[in-house]
Amino acid sequence: MVRFAVVVFPGTNCDFETERAIRKAGAEAERVWYKTSLKDFDGVVLPGGFSYADYLRAGAIAAGQEIMEEVREFAREGRPVLGICNGFQVLTEAGLLPGALRPNRIPRFLCRWVHLRIADVETPFTSLYEPGEVIRMPIAHAEGNYYVDDPSKVRIVFQYSDEKGNITGEANPNGSVLNIAAIANERSNVLGTMPHPERASDRFLGGEDGLRLFRSMVEWARR
Amino acid sequence: MRWKVTVVVRLKEGLNDPEGRVIGNALRNLGYAVENLRVPKYFEFELESEEPEREVEEMCKKLLANPLIHSWEYRVEPVS
Repeated sequence: MVRFAVVVFPGTNCDFETERAIRKAGAEAERVWYKTSLKDFDGVVLPGGFSYADYLRAGAIAAGQEIMEEVREFAREGRPVLGICNGFQVLTEAGLLPGALRPNRIPRFLCRWVHLRIADVETPFTSLYEPGEVIRMPIAHAEGNYYVDDPSKVRIVFQYSDEKGNITGEANPNGSVLNIAAIANERSNVLGTMPHPERASDRFLGGEDGLRLFRSMVEWARR
Repeated sequence: MRWKVTVVVRLKEGLNDPEGRVIGNALRNLGYAVENLRVPKYFEFELESEEPEREVEEMCKKLLANPLIHSWEYRVEPVS
């Protein structure tokens, strides 16, 4: 059975939910303290939370930790690397994904469900979605305002939309360029998402749209 | 040799600074004609180094700033 590491930094707080969602998607998952080695795993997930209390910039301090060398190795080898919310911030700060996550346009913490349009189903994390499909997931962040110099060079995976899939200014919660909510690297084995798929992985949480992301990832890792 | 270092990290020109906007608005509400308030980050520390400028420049690139969205300046002076 494939095994995923869920990396825990000081201040991470979505590790249990993420571990649970991966297990529900059919793989083994283990929470791994950031001082531990990642060998013996098939993929790695950097979950949400507030690593190092978001001091300096969200994700900046975690991005410099030694474990990120191993995460970089995973990315280079083409194995799946998923960063959720704070994990996305860590991946951009570490240079594993392009761009930066700035404080939200209106400077407040946002915690609510949003609609997302799937922009790319050709990634290991979105193969079980339909092209152009509109899904629902929650966001919970203060620094999710995605910025990049040249958005045309970025592999966009989710965009904030209205419930019909229109990419509008009103549907953009945080000011991200082009309503970007999730991106992948060129090779598509590294994904960063501000919305939380693990919080949309069970009907009792309010929706299951996020579970397919983990299922796609697990299915791909099995091959 | 020991140095006293101060570093200022700023959001690049043209990038929105939400914290600055809120503080600027609050000052305007107090009746001051404040415009374009920005909130840079300020660091001060002591550094034992033979090449302080090179090391501080490196620190800015590696951690204190995000070169994509920030510019920085610093001052290095000997600790007396």
